[in-house]
Amino acid sequence: MSASRDAQPVVELRGAAKVYANGTRALRPVTLAVAAGEFVTLLGPSGCGKTTLLQLIAGLVAPSEGTISLWGSSHDASGERGRRLGYVFQAPTLMPWARVASNVRLPLDLGGTPRGEGDEAAANALARVGLHGVDRHFPRELSGGMQMRVSIARALVTDPDLLLMDEPFGALDEFTRQKLDADLLAWWIERKLTVVFVTHSIQEAVFLSTRVLVMAARPGRLIADVAIPERHPRRAEFRGTAGYAAQCLALSELVAQASSPVAADG
Amino acid sequence: MAEPPAVPRVARYAAPMAVLLLVLAAWQALVVAYDVPPYLVPSPLRVFDTLVTDRALLAASLGVTVTIALAALALAVVAGTLIALLFVQSRWLEASLFPYAILLQVTPIVAIAPLIIIWVQDTRVALVLCAAVVAIFPVISNTTLGLRSVDPGLLNLFRLQRASRWQTLSRLRIPSALPYFFGGLRIASGLALIGAVVAEFVAGTGGQGAGLAYQILMAGIQLNVPRLFAALVLIALAGVGLFAAVVAITRVALRRWHESELPLDAP
Repeated sequence: MSASRDAQPVVELRGAAKVYANGTRALRPVTLAVAAGEFVTLLGPSGCGKTTLLQLIAGLVAPSEGTISLWGSSHDASGERGRRLGYVFQAPTLMPWARVASNVRLPLDLGGTPRGEGDEAAANALARVGLHGVDRHFPRELSGGMQMRVSIARALVTDPDLLLMDEPFGALDEFTRQKLDADLLAWWIERKLTVVFVTHSIQEAVFLSTRVLVMAARPGRLIADVAIPERHPRRAEFRGTAGYAAQCLALSELVAQASSPVAADG
Repeated sequence: MAEPPAVPRVARYAAPMAVLLLVLAAWQALVVAYDVPPYLVPSPLRVFDTLVTDRALLAASLGVTVTIALAALALAVVAGTLIALLFVQSRWLEASLFPYAILLQVTPIVAIAPLIIIWVQDTRVALVLCAAVVAIFPVISNTTLGLRSVDPGLLNLFRLQRASRWQTLSRLRIPSALPYFFGGLRIASGLALIGAVVAEFVAGTGGQGAGLAYQILMAGIQLNVPRLFAALVLIALAGVGLFAAVVAITRVALRRWHESELPLDAP
């Protein structure tokens, strides 16, 4: 890992804010840098603008003020960005009419990758997320957890450097969620990914992240930047330690303070 | 509250058949018992008899009417889909043109048909056009709705991947629209047949190219009520056949993935 690479943040926001056309102040100006290899979680209650912030980073919404740059360039005219960036939505968001393999291959198909190459990459991505023998299935034939794995395989198929995840496991049961959290950490380490992860679960944020950005609602804003010093790889036992409990408590107090009426007026 | 128990597969065909047989038997019995003359109400057996004796005449007319209905349905599907594709290219275009599609829909075909028949030389073509005008609206409105009813998450994914307009249309919007399109096709198939019959009535074309509507018209004038009934039966059967064909096509196209075609015990 060279120093010059570290100096160049993967994601950099300077005073980026979003006011929607109807006047809703979704997000107050945010200044933030995410370095290569970080696992950053955006944590906050509903309406704090965490999804908006993620969409700003992805370029799905344009900022009303400020600038956003990925890999040091604020513009993505090259189309390269779509390949270096993987996005996982709240729901699996699969095409119900297409088989699992075509769903996973989609980003490559849209980019004009030859079919054979795409099939191979899709098979690799499915294997990476622990799915075998489902490539000919239709999404509805899979469980919710498996559909989410397919969705992650689709995000990984282009071999991205940056993975943006918007509450990906929010709709899953606790057991499936913890399993996917653990797997996600393994993929993050294995692929040397940079991850920006959105959640409203304090426990999930502490377990996964190297850094948690706490957000508050009305108006949506960033209120704290908390490092989680526990070393990776983290095991399930981490959830039982005093350090883990203390981190969770500290974060929940931060969120509670920010949500109090006095703070909200500010 | 408990769901009412499901109807077994056999009963779904057997039950309506039993109703049909009961009604026919009662009809036959009443006509015989009260000695109703055939020019008022012919008995079912009399109608069946007419179907057999007039089969050459009726089959030719059935062929004419069904051909017109099918041609009209094909025209309505092609033109309606193209219009829907045009509409989703721009909200402006849709806002400017959709009211005229509604206008076409709410104006009774009997009021437009004489004009079309005057303007178009070939009567067959005129009849197809009339029936297509009747059938096109559900295709336009359902397909437009379907092309717009795209999962917003998938739309974002396509945007992230810099998908072209064409890629988004062919790989996302058109597959999303299929269930809606088939819903429209189901309605349009019935309307095409109704349109064909109504247009024939207005045109009053006889001779070689006479359809079932003309046979009904003539049978009514001649008080040949059994033949009138026979023609009516054929129109109804043609409508049911057309509907069944559309249902079968829909099943083939959607059964692997769409909720509407899944068996009840599917995962």
